[in-house]
Amino acid sequence: MNVETNIQKPLTAKDFTSDQEVRWCPGCGDYSILKQVQSVLPEIGLKREEIVFISGIGCSSRFPYYMETYGMHSIHGRATAIASGLKATRPELSVWIITGDGDAMSIGGNHFIHLLRRNFNVNVLLFNNEIYGLTKGQYSPTSPAGKITKSSPHGSVDHPFNPLALTLGADGTFIARSMDRDPKHLREILLRANKHQGTSMVEIYQNCNVFNDGAFEIFTEKSSKKNETIFIEQGKPLIFGENNDKGIKLDGFKPVIVDLKSDNVSENDLWIHDENDRGKASILVRFFDNHQATGHLPRPFGIFYQEDRSCYEDDFKMQIEKASMEKENESLDSLLAGRNTWTIN
Amino acid sequence: MNSNIKEEVTILFAGDSGDGIQLTGSQFTNTAALLGNDISTFPNFPAEIRAPQGTLAGVSGFQLHFGSIELFTPGDSCDVLVVMNAAALKANLKQLKKGGTIIANTDGFDSKNLRLANYPDGINPLENESLDNFKVTLIDLTKLTRECLKDSGLGTKDMDRSKNMFILGYIYWLYNRNLDNTIDFLKAKFKKRQDLIDANIKVLQAGFNFGETCESTATIEVKPAKLEKGTYRSIMGNQATALGLIAAAQKSGLTLFYGTYPITPASDILHELSKYKNHGVKTFQAEDEIAAICASIGASFGGSLGVTASSGPGIALKGEAIGLAFMLELPLVIVNVQRGGPSTGLPTKTEQADLMQALYGRNGEASIPVIAASTPTDCFDAVFEATRIAVEHMTPVIFLSDGFIANGAEPWKFPKSSDLKEIKPVFAKEYTSENKEKFLPYKRDEKLSRKWAIPGIKGLEHRIGGIEKEHETGNISYDPDNHEFMVKLRAEKTQKVADYIPLQAIDSGKDKGKVLVLGWGSPYGAIKTAVKSLISEGYEVSHAHLRYLNPFPKNLGEILNNFDKVLIPEINDGQLVILIRSKYLKDAIRLNKIKGLPFTVDEIKSKIIEIYPN
Ligand code: SF4
Repeated sequence: MNVETNIQKPLTAKDFTSDQEVRWCPGCGDYSILKQVQSVLPEIGLKREEIVFISGIGCSSRFPYYMETYGMHSIHGRATAIASGLKATRPELSVWIITGDGDAMSIGGNHFIHLLRRNFNVNVLLFNNEIYGLTKGQYSPTSPAGKITKSSPHGSVDHPFNPLALTLGADGTFIARSMDRDPKHLREILLRANKHQGTSMVEIYQNCNVFNDGAFEIFTEKSSKKNETIFIEQGKPLIFGENNDKGIKLDGFKPVIVDLKSDNVSENDLWIHDENDRGKASILVRFFDNHQATGHLPRPFGIFYQEDRSCYEDDFKMQIEKASMEKENESLDSLLAGRNTWTIN
Repeated sequence: MNSNIKEEVTILFAGDSGDGIQLTGSQFTNTAALLGNDISTFPNFPAEIRAPQGTLAGVSGFQLHFGSIELFTPGDSCDVLVVMNAAALKANLKQLKKGGTIIANTDGFDSKNLRLANYPDGINPLENESLDNFKVTLIDLTKLTRECLKDSGLGTKDMDRSKNMFILGYIYWLYNRNLDNTIDFLKAKFKKRQDLIDANIKVLQAGFNFGETCESTATIEVKPAKLEKGTYRSIMGNQATALGLIAAAQKSGLTLFYGTYPITPASDILHELSKYKNHGVKTFQAEDEIAAICASIGASFGGSLGVTASSGPGIALKGEAIGLAFMLELPLVIVNVQRGGPSTGLPTKTEQADLMQALYGRNGEASIPVIAASTPTDCFDAVFEATRIAVEHMTPVIFLSDGFIANGAEPWKFPKSSDLKEIKPVFAKEYTSENKEKFLPYKRDEKLSRKWAIPGIKGLEHRIGGIEKEHETGNISYDPDNHEFMVKLRAEKTQKVADYIPLQAIDSGKDKGKVLVLGWGSPYGAIKTAVKSLISEGYEVSHAHLRYLNPFPKNLGEILNNFDKVLIPEINDGQLVILIRSKYLKDAIRLNKIKGLPFTVDEIKSKIIEIYPN
């Protein structure tokens, strides 16, 4: 690819597409996420050489190979740890972590929570397909209880993780959810994630059409989407439903669904979304009911929570700069000599 | 005052881990070193941080060998045994030479202490004839210390804490040392507590004066050693490793990133490095061993010198990531300060049992260079060399140290920074109108290593990973022929390092002879002392010591063939011996010790004599 000619022209999605053949199964939700990321990057305005994609292992983790940026396809669960070392030493780079529900929630769970508490300024795209795809169809830590898979023919007895509740519990500073089937929404979330200073955790519902087809159908299909999802926006009331006729009201700490037409409530009585309210965020991430349960809450999509907190790499750098200023002139020779020496003639 | 002159003395300080034994020992060490003695030390920690007071499990020891001649070991046995309590005496008496001196704190021999040390009821070794073969000096440290501090206003607890200063002062008197170095140390240590500075100095002086006034024995003079000319300092192995890493980073123009997780006995490297932020050193205490190495790999990918360190259990956890670094072909130094294994094993004791782990402890064919240090000061040179190989050959390198040399101290004729070799990383260059060569991430040079292409450089965007890759392009490849080719190519790359390291030299003795003692790692001092002594007795024995364990120096086979017999002493159940047998078909003889303790000189000497061909 000719680099020089690219200097003049603004970059396009094509400039972020590597020459490698994309090898996901036809129809996999990963394609749409790849496309969105490739089209969002030119908009962000970074140069290709300033961007690094780091992934672990799993279907989604092939992602870096398809990006014409710097990239590393590492080992299972460790992308977060590798990205931490990179970001700590190269804070100026834009670092994106590509991971899945197995990679981040299971084998890499420890690094995932520590990344969040340290708040490195990186973006985590967690492709959640509620299944192990690459190993051909075992239940994952986000599969619902009772899930019948190759490794759970009688149904899984595992209680699933709620990735966003976990993120909030680990003091994540940017918590969002989107889905492969809604490119427009995903695109907006990606742009916001990139803007956030700190670890931006974006859970993306991704359909694995081979081993877990339709896992999120209820949230994506026209017939059910309106009733089963709620798209949250800063400063706006929580409204959903076929004709935007349902709302959510807080009854103390308990969210309740109200009928805007019959319940005698107006929009002013509804829960107004505030991204910066940690208390409300902790209720919102718990909108995680089984959709078969009667009276269940809709599944939220959007930015649940955002907080400004200092980033590890900045504090790390500052400490070194401060120490260097205080003891500016200590040479390697004086370091080697230490404080007590003697001479033999 | 009469004074006896001695060439060398070994003192063993022993007491409860709360008695300040390590501090007392290291203070005497520093003072001895500053006065020009050669020194070699062996701190022996109990497994528990604070085991129950007065028990055998709680005994902490610090053995110091100092002399006017060159010394290579902390001494097989001791001339002087300083014991703070009954348990310390019981645990260490077997270490004392016949006719040696015992200096005992009588206060540590009350009925409670005697019971805790498992002495039978009514038996006090200080009061019966059991110690008749030794010279015994009794001092009631608690009483004398409290007496000395009665006007200090300190509580009894604080007073009692300084009783180790009394004993130190007494030993200083015994060996004609002055107190200046320790007084300076106390002033720095208690910077904010003038009362503690005063109290400790007072007790130290009182101990010294106690010797002078009682004059129960003649003082002993140990003259400065005739070491090579130059300026020296005293240093411990872990400190030397830390300084070696800083020096290597500076000499390669790279930022040092040290990702690690605390583990005995490697943590002191972290403590040391974290003090040097002013040298740009980045220390990262990760959430676990795996994160520690992975963060270091991330740093190396970004163009820093990534280093990670641990001990055996942690290295086991890092195995998969070492394989990744091997596939990525990025520089990475992996420090293993070995300890007794397997599993948790003996955390505070020494062992060399991770050699096979270093060589083979990964899935697939992943042979990486392995370098071992042989003495505390050698940690500096060996880790510098490990870094050079990592950076110049674009590979992870394992650096092996162990608990014995990590915590042992010796005089170090430290180098000038200008005498240290430059380390030359080979970076891929930016794509420009002059440099139009298409960048291939896995294109190799004559060393078979690839170039380091650092994020941020235009035109070098590339993807690397753990999956098998196509030759040169680095693209994913499952091609059978390519895989076989790549496996062999990576193995050859590691073996190629042999072209860039020195040939193996003979450390002591002639190039040919009856017995070659081949060692690696920390038994260096014991082997050297044993071999030198046998040479002086007329034996045709030589000593060669391996720093490079993978690849071996090219002339090693030749050296082995110049001797009738090869003896390999190791603090393990026989690992190097297996490698030597399989690679050179040489019927090497093993000498193994697996007690968590270093070899004594005698153990090695007797084995050489036993196998010596008639
Ligand atoms: S297995 Fe599932 S997740 Fe993996 S590529 Fe195929 S469809 Fe996508």
